[in-house]
Amino acid sequence: MIEVLNFGLAALILGLAVWTIVAREAPAAVVGFIVYGLLLTLVWLQLHGIDVALTEAAIGGGLTGVLLISAAVRLRSTETTARAQRSSASTRWLAAALSAAVTGALAICVLALPEPAPTLAPQVLANIAVTEVGNPITAVLLAFRAMDTLLEAIVLLFALIGVWSLAPDRAWGGRPGPLQQADPNGMLDYVARVLPPIGIVAGIYIFWIGADHPGGKFQGATILAAMWLLVMMAGLADAPPISRRWLRWLLVAGPLAFIAVGVLGAITAGAFLSYPLGHAKTLILVIEFALMPTLTLVLGLMLLGAPLRGEAP
Amino acid sequence: MKLLLELWTIVAVIAGAFFFFAGTVGLLRFPDSLTRLHALSKADNLGLGLVVLGLLPQVDSVSAGLKIVGIWLLVLLSGATAAQWIARTLRQSGPDS
Repeated sequence: MIEVLNFGLAALILGLAVWTIVAREAPAAVVGFIVYGLLLTLVWLQLHGIDVALTEAAIGGGLTGVLLISAAVRLRSTETTARAQRSSASTRWLAAALSAAVTGALAICVLALPEPAPTLAPQVLANIAVTEVGNPITAVLLAFRAMDTLLEAIVLLFALIGVWSLAPDRAWGGRPGPLQQADPNGMLDYVARVLPPIGIVAGIYIFWIGADHPGGKFQGATILAAMWLLVMMAGLADAPPISRRWLRWLLVAGPLAFIAVGVLGAITAGAFLSYPLGHAKTLILVIEFALMPTLTLVLGLMLLGAPLRGEAP
Repeated sequence: MKLLLELWTIVAVIAGAFFFFAGTVGLLRFPDSLTRLHALSKADNLGLGLVVLGLLPQVDSVSAGLKIVGIWLLVLLSGATAAQWIARTLRQSGPDS
């Protein structure tokens, strides 16, 4: 029975992927992509990758979806011009052949994996006790492969700088996103007042539970960022000007704390980002707590886009 | 007692699945956006509600049960908001297909 379900899921995802590519209208393709992300979440659940499923739902489906929707809305006026400049048949066939070749090569690689696939999971489980966290994913992300997580956090910061660099000169240092008028009788206003308390608790819960169960700072920060965006969309609070000192400090606080812990490890435990025995959990918590506000701000500000207005509200 | 609870799960989940099915048929077959919205919100509210009620006897702990009821309430809130919002946008921009 479950095989039938899995097969149906796989067929649906493949069909949706093809549909997303061939869809003519950008909004339709974006909706296809969001549903694709949600179905991918179900696949990760079926593979027992609950941490990945949570991330896919929050970032792959939710956050990327919102980014793509706003991109599609912005590009709406150029859609007819873009369609008029259709590339020639040979170019399109070349692109299709190239994509098919990449897909084929990937498929061959995956199918050629030895059975069972090579894995480091037993080593992780054998050594997880020294990290004092119960969730192996968190142990990998913040102890065994902490360097990857550090670079990931820094890359997000660079991405935000990239978004900001699109600002026109006169708006540099100003507030990102359009100015929203609050509508006291509106539906959005109501939700923006009711939902954030629940969302903030849920976000912090998912962040905290990440030590021992599926969850963690990325998923929690996405929920917090969503609540922040909701309040700003409803016009209940305005986006902060990007020139504010406190904002800049919070944005670099997470990576800086991470690097400081790494240097501490180099002095006390002999290697960058290694934790002295017995203090692993404490240091992991320090990193997580420092990264949480940074990630929330980066994800929220990335969705708001480049500053377009002056400092005045 | 256990058999009764299992039976309750089966009946409620099937009833919930029926509402999702009916909502999907409505989404595909109804003539305009407002009626389609109506079909969709019924599936969300009643369908998911029945599935959650059906799964309640199967949870291990009280907190797990409270969590899935909480999820249902959140979906109710977001579904109602989104439907209201889409409907208002439709009314302002004029009915389409």
